[in-house]
Amino acid sequence: MNEPTTAPNSATKGGLARFVPLALFAGFAVIGVVGLFVLGDRHELPSALLNKSFPEFSAPLLMDESSVMSREDLIGEPLLVNVWATWCPTCKAEHAELLRITQDYGVPIVGLNYKDDPRAARAFLARYGNPFRYNLVDADGQIGVDLGVYGAPETFLLDANGTIVYKRVGDVNPRIWRDELAPALKALGVELQANTGAG
Amino acid sequence: MRAGLFVWLCASVLLVMSLPSAHAASSIDVYDFPNDQIEARYRALIEEFRCPKCLNTNIAGSDAPIAQDLRKTVYRLLVIDGLSDDEVRGYLHERYGDFVLYDPPLSYRTVWLWFAPGLFLCLGVLFLWRVRRATTLAAPLAQDERERLATLAESEDR
Repeated sequence: MNEPTTAPNSATKGGLARFVPLALFAGFAVIGVVGLFVLGDRHELPSALLNKSFPEFSAPLLMDESSVMSREDLIGEPLLVNVWATWCPTCKAEHAELLRITQDYGVPIVGLNYKDDPRAARAFLARYGNPFRYNLVDADGQIGVDLGVYGAPETFLLDANGTIVYKRVGDVNPRIWRDELAPALKALGVELQANTGAG
Repeated sequence: MRAGLFVWLCASVLLVMSLPSAHAASSIDVYDFPNDQIEARYRALIEEFRCPKCLNTNIAGSDAPIAQDLRKTVYRLLVIDGLSDDEVRGYLHERYGDFVLYDPPLSYRTVWLWFAPGLFLCLGVLFLWRVRRATTLAAPLAQDERERLATLAESEDR
């Protein structure tokens, strides 16, 4: 009486239906894995402003608060707009990479000093080096709202017409430069020649 | 003595729970509204948008700096610029995308969001139906099976 006592017709009766729970489980597992590892960090929202014009603004300069810049001043050549602040630890972490990008490749970076203390920002640049061509001051975060910024740092790549062609939320690091920013700049026709050598 | 302490403990827990939470208190900004109607529209709108930084809180209920900025923006658009509710929704949607709307528009990107629940419901119903059919269609026992069952039951009894 120890032999298995499955009824002879149960295999055919259950048929494929027996595997439905397993299949459902596998399906949910795949969705979970995709959600976790492929879609990645849910904090990274897709930018609603991609392929749209950089918004109109009017902002004083960090180094000379009496002069005011507007959207027109960003037009003419591809450039990066980097949203940063001294209260933002990740901004400090990416600072060296921004310096490397301007110094080695001559890519212009315009800073948007976001809801920061201007004196602290000037002191920070004096101490750690200034990768920015100039800095716009967004004291109350209004330009940030117009840019869809929800946390610093964020980095936008503008083409020569002032259209946003790329956005990075989070730090710019060597991997992001190599895999995303440099190819995007090349796609805009910017020649990236490293000046690391004899200098 | 023990029971008295317990009652006191329960009472204090309930008291703490009934206090206005930080969640509710955080949305109290000091804004002046020209009339109650606009204030009511403002209150309704800030309930409606999701805070971009904090996944599952609306901008009314969040203390995140970005939520404060967005409340200020909604106030400015309503009171100073005099926009309609739909224009305010459009303004934020244009800048922050579908994410800020708890009620995302139907688009190719949100198809799964809208139809996956229905799809899973259908799959569940189909599965239940098949299971039920399989059990009702179970064949009656053959003569030899019944005999075997009887002997098994008999041996159990001993």
